[in-house]
Amino acid sequence: MRDPLLTVRDFSVAYDVDPPVQAVKDVTLELRRGEILGLAGESGCGKTTLAYGLQRLLKAPAVITSGSVVFHDASGEDVDIDRLDAEQMRRFRWDKISMVFQGAMNALNPVATIGSQLEDVFEVHRPSMSRAQRREAVAELLEIVRVGAQRRRSFPHELSGGTRQRVMIAMALALRPQLMVMDEPTTALDVLVQREILRQISELRHEFGFTVLFITHDLPLLLEISDRIAIMRAGEVVELDTAERIWSSPRDEYTRTLLSSFPRLTGERGVVLR
Amino acid sequence: MTAVQPQPQPVQDALEVGTTATTVVRGRSRIPWRFLAGRAAFYLFTLWAAITINFFLPRMMKGDAVDQYLSRNRNVSPEAADALRTLLGLDTDRSLLQQYLDYVGLLLRGDLGVSLLHGLRPVTEVIGQALPWTVGLVGFATVISFTIGTIGGAVVGWRRGSRLDGLIPVTTFLGTIPYFWLGLLAIAVFSVNLGWFPIGKAYGVGMRPEWSAEFVGQVVHHGTLPAATIVIASLGGWMLGMRNMMLTVLDEDYVMVAQAKGMPNRRVLWRYAARNAVLPQIQSFALSIGFIVGGTIVMEMVFSYPGVGKLLLDATNAKDYALMQGVFLVITLSVLVANVLADVAYAFLDPRTRQTEA
Amino acid sequence: MTTDLRPAPAPELRTGRAPRARATTSRRLGSAFAMFRNRKSITGLAILGFFVLVAILADVLAPYPPTQVDNTARFQPPSAEHWLGTTHLGEDVLSQVIHGTRGVVVVGFLAAIMATAIAVVVGVVAGYLRGWRSESLSALTNVFLVIPGLPLIIIVASMFENPPLVVIAAVLGLTGWAWGARVLRAQTMSLRNRDFIQAARANGEPLRRIIGNEMLPNLMALIAASFVGTVTAAILGLTTLSYIGVIPVNTYNWGTILNWAGAQGAFRQNQWWWFLPPGLCIAAIGVALSLINFGIDEYVNPRLRSAGERARAMKRRGLDVNDPVTAVRPATQTQETA
Repeated sequence: MRDPLLTVRDFSVAYDVDPPVQAVKDVTLELRRGEILGLAGESGCGKTTLAYGLQRLLKAPAVITSGSVVFHDASGEDVDIDRLDAEQMRRFRWDKISMVFQGAMNALNPVATIGSQLEDVFEVHRPSMSRAQRREAVAELLEIVRVGAQRRRSFPHELSGGTRQRVMIAMALALRPQLMVMDEPTTALDVLVQREILRQISELRHEFGFTVLFITHDLPLLLEISDRIAIMRAGEVVELDTAERIWSSPRDEYTRTLLSSFPRLTGERGVVLR
Repeated sequence: MTAVQPQPQPVQDALEVGTTATTVVRGRSRIPWRFLAGRAAFYLFTLWAAITINFFLPRMMKGDAVDQYLSRNRNVSPEAADALRTLLGLDTDRSLLQQYLDYVGLLLRGDLGVSLLHGLRPVTEVIGQALPWTVGLVGFATVISFTIGTIGGAVVGWRRGSRLDGLIPVTTFLGTIPYFWLGLLAIAVFSVNLGWFPIGKAYGVGMRPEWSAEFVGQVVHHGTLPAATIVIASLGGWMLGMRNMMLTVLDEDYVMVAQAKGMPNRRVLWRYAARNAVLPQIQSFALSIGFIVGGTIVMEMVFSYPGVGKLLLDATNAKDYALMQGVFLVITLSVLVANVLADVAYAFLDPRTRQTEA
Repeated sequence: MTTDLRPAPAPELRTGRAPRARATTSRRLGSAFAMFRNRKSITGLAILGFFVLVAILADVLAPYPPTQVDNTARFQPPSAEHWLGTTHLGEDVLSQVIHGTRGVVVVGFLAAIMATAIAVVVGVVAGYLRGWRSESLSALTNVFLVIPGLPLIIIVASMFENPPLVVIAAVLGLTGWAWGARVLRAQTMSLRNRDFIQAARANGEPLRRIIGNEMLPNLMALIAASFVGTVTAAILGLTTLSYIGVIPVNTYNWGTILNWAGAQGAFRQNQWWWFLPPGLCIAAIGVALSLINFGIDEYVNPRLRSAGERARAMKRRGLDVNDPVTAVRPATQTQETA
């Protein structure tokens, strides 16, 4: 049994508008070190709000209304994320927990080279590094994700969707975080590139040993790659179990509905087989 | 970092994997040739249009007025008289096409005729004396106004909902006041009443242009009020435009990604948000140069500043047609040059203009 | 549907699409004028309406005929008989300002109507067509945009001896259409690729229906903004040209009043009652038009509308919109403010 990396207890997020909207309701879960936890559910179920809320990335009018999020650092220290002030939060970000966004057209700064966007992570978080060291680190990152160090001076609009996604992964990997939150990283890509990216993520995880929180609506995908899966519905976690058990013996009615909603190639009804 | 044996992978060329273009582009130029060439073509076309308009202008005027003009002035040398006739459309013995060709020929030789208002000196010389004053004053004031307005707009846009929001209506109100009235008020308050600044002109009476500290001091002293008027009147537009662009840019994904990366606020504001929001600002700057010039002309008249604007007005009142034409051409040329500079700046600031893929 | 990375807290405020053919004419008009329903626009329209009324009722409102000379009361400061004092000839300044409104309003609107008409035709056609036709119209627009307008107007205006208002308006309109045409072309080009236009074309709708019924309602706000902007520019242009003296001074408008004031040295002699009111009127009508444009801007771009107000509303609840870190607030407080 692995030790916990992130302990979430009774976590709730609301949008303080008129009338207030409760987006996440009393979520309790534990992320274990080194695992891949999938977060699945239909659009609007709150999975993205939960993932962003855990890192306090939501903007007003979102408010965290209850609960605690404790990060168990590899050094042994326990960090209560909700108690950090702005500056502490800024330093915590990307260093301990990083995020891979959907590499949509706009996730990268269009007027800066991808090299400089990777470098500024080091500039801000590792000020002791010299310029040469930063360059080297960036080159290494680009090689790891197989984009190639010579693309350092490219601009985002010059890259294809798959390459941009790799750059996002490289960026998330830069400070060797302990947790990577991945928000639909492959949804906008075609199937072949999807395969590539997923394979890459798997390799990287083996090599660097980070934990992954994988958000997607694609449940069959999660069944393949994740260790455990949490199913969300209307802001609540309705089921949290290992991937095998979710597939073979789902306990919640909603989980069963979700599983059967993916069509089978052979036309029979029931759980899909990929 | 424990490395577990990954599954065997076919080696892939990073460059091939990275592009979806059917042909891989190996080299990439840093200079956006295609973009600049397109703009250059446009500007040449505009220049031709301006020259042609200039050609037709005097020919649309009542013929006898122009005739009288020439006959009134007998001291004109024969060559100058010929040039004037070509410029002003009096050589009706030739076909229109021939007139046009003669006209363009004159322009290419740099001959814009002689100015009757200024003692028969060549028009080019008269304009040449006045142009630096205009360019200096307007260029200086506009750059300051653009810079302050853009930086201010970025800050106001960043801090939405703060008290800084109130700056926008104030500066916009100042912008709706007509230039000339603001200038006149400034004279009334600061020159007549407070006596801090002289009433007009670029330097004191009796001084000759020279490179001395005293002269430069006078220039600065005389130029403060006109420059300040231009800055105050035009600040609002830049600030509003930049603030609106900032609001749009701040909702973009890359800003949020930057904040998620733990970038400090200052870096996100300037290197991510403002750097993107300034691009449309530069475009609108290029487009409004024509309007800026219009305001300058008026301002020069109000302050009796010896620039091309005042030259144009004096020429108009005195019906010195050759000078009028020449000034219009020079003003248009200057606007074109300024546009070119703005376009070049834009091309280098926006990497998306360097698209070279098929 | 949205490719935005963030979770969307509230449903889309506007779909940006005018209601379809089943809407009645009155509802169409209503939605077309929705852009004017916010506070800024209404204030602006009110001020503008005031000036229009003054222009229409000038003869009734002015206490004296504007050119009535009174040699006994020259350069008089404001008094009970002359609320805004008198000019160098004893003319009543207030009456001059009131009568001046007419010229300004007429020329402003006339020039704007002409300019906007040209801008709509050129801009929409250039945006809808493709290829060399679109490019050449665009080049034409850009030429008019780059060539400096005021020098051209000065030269052209000086060729006329005594131009009637219509001619002045025409000249201003012909030099001022380019900006609107450019904006409309850009917007039309982006609309052309939208789904509902593609659907209309696939349905075989004739071109004039596509432009008239599908595109124009969506372009309404931009056309209105362009119109208002042109009015402002025309009024500023007219008053400036009048002040310079390029436009002969027998038609009264605020600029000519300033011309006389300047010529008579009113600025040097502190005769503020003469030169302040006309300038303030120009500024006032400029402010009114700007307010209307702000209102339209906020309608077109909802971000602008809600940005400042939302931020202030958040502040009242103790939240900072610009805070990159989510606020933590226990549930009891939220329920209390709900």
